[in-house]
Amino acid sequence: MSKQRRSGLGGWFFLGIVLLGYGLSFLLSPEATADAFAFFRRVMRQVFPVLGIVFLLLFIANLLLTPSTVKRYLGKEAGIKGWIASVVAGVFSMGPIYAWYTALAELQQKGMRTAFVATFLYSRAVKIPLLPLMIYYFGLSYTIVLCLYLIVFSVVNGFLTERLIPHET
Amino acid sequence: MQTNNQLQASLTKTIRTFINILPIIVGMLMATSLVVTLFPGEISAGLFGHGDIPDAVLGAAIGSIAAGHPLASYLLSGELLSGGVGLIAVTALLVTWVTVGIVQLPAEMLMLGTRFAVYRNFISFCIAIIIALLTVYTLQLLELA
Repeated sequence: MSKQRRSGLGGWFFLGIVLLGYGLSFLLSPEATADAFAFFRRVMRQVFPVLGIVFLLLFIANLLLTPSTVKRYLGKEAGIKGWIASVVAGVFSMGPIYAWYTALAELQQKGMRTAFVATFLYSRAVKIPLLPLMIYYFGLSYTIVLCLYLIVFSVVNGFLTERLIPHET
Repeated sequence: MQTNNQLQASLTKTIRTFINILPIIVGMLMATSLVVTLFPGEISAGLFGHGDIPDAVLGAAIGSIAAGHPLASYLLSGELLSGGVGLIAVTALLVTWVTVGIVQLPAEMLMLGTRFAVYRNFISFCIAIIIALLTVYTLQLLELA
């Protein structure tokens, strides 16, 4: 809770620093700063509707997925299902990485394969709730190609990590 | 009753997450707007633009050091792209932002083991460069970029 509150305050602190930067920039170059602010307003207007979709997807993911749900499908003897489960769990996992380190460390102690841990952590790069924004910025083709590579290479990452540290499994 | 509680809990959590990320989104957009407006040439010509592999390595390095919500990486990358930075560098930044964590490394080492954390991050860094190159070359091959 306190960590979450800190990270929330961190965001506002960051915004404060940026506003301070704008203030300083305005003193040095008022015209360029006004242009930057106009640029920001234009981008914000375009991004705002996409944020609505992001909110909805975040809500669905929060409702359906928890670390305990993921835990059920990543056992040591999972085989091919374990690879699939670790990719899917990583893709759909939400929240700060620290929360997942704790869950993964617990699973590791109970016999979860190192490869699955690495695969899970890598496949987190595919963020379902944020896909609309990625499509907005980079296009549908780019998003599809990148996500496919991320999924394939999350398995490669898991395999290589485990090969390098086999005795830690 | 339990479903209502679950819905309420999820909604509260989502609103809290959203309130937490909102200043980051606004701040990130404002910061990138300022940087792109003030230094458009410097970003594309100075830091990047030295070939596919050096650009990918630089993008991956920036993404590895940066910390923050992934949404911020999309916004930053999108604005960098509009500012003239190449897609390979931007892709490498985008991928390492989420897969490599220099800031989180001590926590990862502590929780999952030092060797695991170091090897995983190193492999993730190398893979991000490969993915950045492959993604752009694939799009070019399909004539979609």
